[in-house]
Amino acid sequence: MNKQAKIIVHGNVGWSVAENIISGQVWIKGFASQCAGASGHGGLLFIEGSSSSRCGISMKGCDIVVGEDVGHMSAFMAQAGHLVICGNAGAGLGDSIYEAIIYIRGKIHSLGSDAQEEPMREHDYERVKNLLNQTGINYSPKEFKRVASAKKLYQWNVDAHQEY
Amino acid sequence: MKIDHEENSLYNQQIIQYIHRAAQKGLYDIRGLGAKRKVPSFDDLVFLTASSSRYPLEGYREKCLTQTLLGTRHAKKPVSLKIPITIAGMSFGSLSANVKESIGRAATKIGTSTTTGDGGMTPEERTSSKTLVYQCLPSRYGFNPDDMRQADAIEIVLGQGAKPGGGGMLLGLKVSPRVAKMRTLPEGIDQRSACRHPDWVGPDDLTIKINELREITDWQIPIYVKLGATRVNDDVKLAVKAGADVIVLDGMQGGTAATQQVFIEHAGIPTLPALRQAIEALDEMDVLGEIQLIISGGIRTGADVAKALAMGADAVSIGQAVLMALGCNSKSYFDGQQTINVEEEYQKLGTAPGYCHHCETGLCPVGVTTQLPDLEKRLQPDWGERRLTNYLQTLNMELTTLARACGKSNVHHLEREDLVALTVEAAAMAKVPLAGTDWIPGAKGI
Repeated sequence: MNKQAKIIVHGNVGWSVAENIISGQVWIKGFASQCAGASGHGGLLFIEGSSSSRCGISMKGCDIVVGEDVGHMSAFMAQAGHLVICGNAGAGLGDSIYEAIIYIRGKIHSLGSDAQEEPMREHDYERVKNLLNQTGINYSPKEFKRVASAKKLYQWNVDAHQEY
Repeated sequence: MKIDHEENSLYNQQIIQYIHRAAQKGLYDIRGLGAKRKVPSFDDLVFLTASSSRYPLEGYREKCLTQTLLGTRHAKKPVSLKIPITIAGMSFGSLSANVKESIGRAATKIGTSTTTGDGGMTPEERTSSKTLVYQCLPSRYGFNPDDMRQADAIEIVLGQGAKPGGGGMLLGLKVSPRVAKMRTLPEGIDQRSACRHPDWVGPDDLTIKINELREITDWQIPIYVKLGATRVNDDVKLAVKAGADVIVLDGMQGGTAATQQVFIEHAGIPTLPALRQAIEALDEMDVLGEIQLIISGGIRTGADVAKALAMGADAVSIGQAVLMALGCNSKSYFDGQQTINVEEEYQKLGTAPGYCHHCETGLCPVGVTTQLPDLEKRLQPDWGERRLTNYLQTLNMELTTLARACGKSNVHHLEREDLVALTVEAAAMAKVPLAGTDWIPGAKGI
């Protein structure tokens, strides 16, 4: 529920760091446990290390940058905002994602329901560059892939084959 | 030629229709309102009102108090209501803005609270409702600390009676531009909400979550925890241990604007045993009176309210009946000048007034569960306020009538000893004697 404040944690954090963040910044100089940035509405969460499962679950407009890997089901039901993953992602990345966008530099164990890889465009490179600049990370935006919703589950349909 | 109409009790007309529909559509049926099947309910209990062993209070000269205080455990400002009948969470999105305003105005007039719902807090509701409970749901649509600080109580929703274990749902026609913006969703999609909170799991985490919300609101306002009625004994005790000020318990008859039919009819337990189990749990933890219990799920009449209080609830919460008071399932609506018949519109939905449960379509013929402007204007807040105020007033009058007849000068003095059951099931579920006997089925030593 952070609003406006800039918070720096010198170390690791447990579950749900920056949950429901409205604005401001939360900076973790270590690792984060599950559900980092859960339901965040705005602002920036930066995790220098890895983040566990469900990073960015239900995010609603915040930006999350993870310096290393994320665990399974990250960006689950993510509605808006951006998740930048500088490392690898576990199983079910972007499961049931809405309009949030994932940018990932490393390997994807598997994509979740209705998530798909898409080509990066100029505005994607710009966005990644801006977010990385805010965190001081030096990777080239050209190294990142884009994952977003295929939008096939936006309406109930009989051909979705039990993906509900 | 004689036609054989011997129906199969297992594969009856209704089931055959269900199978045909499933084979045609390949998708579960989604609908609104609550369980339609008959289950043991408050209808199976009656009051032992005064005779010669008890004397009644006069209806006109002797007061029967209805004031209700909720959230006295920790909050600096508990919720103070004039009547023990509150209005359940129903989202803006499932309901129109006009309906939310009508509900707020009526609640303010009669002296009770309303509850936000899955869509967040609208300015109409905050302005019109003097006492507003702000829900913290798994979806967290629009959930923010500023709205939280404007609320009079917060209700952390773990589940609801219509679909314990299920998440919210709003079909595309109701995800209007305004609803979509409030929920941070694309317009027109079929919204599926999460069934678990995204940032916590388990009762130990719930303790942390409750404390977080208390800090944000400076310990001023009560924190309610809402449960769908399943493993009531365990769930209530865990909520108590986690720090809830008020438990809100929703039985299987509780309604929804849209969920899978399979949930509505086959998940959760009836309100009657749920209430009894919750009171036993609070008693075992020695917090009766310290933590208040609000019961919901199929509360329709003043008699239901009275029976719920007699069984130990501090208040009730109503949802479906509110919508019906506002015209749900009415064959007409009032346009300010005249009554307009809408039976044909019900037929287009494949139903008729008195049978409709198609809140999920957004095509409500009387303008209650819709986001379409042409339908929404069929229910104007002035008319809605008057209708709902009348209904709530009637419930309260019935409640006090029964309480006085039991000799009680305060509706909160109604007690289990005032009740008997008409069926063995109800006697067992409510743990009150079967009428005309001392027998409580299943009670120890009997």
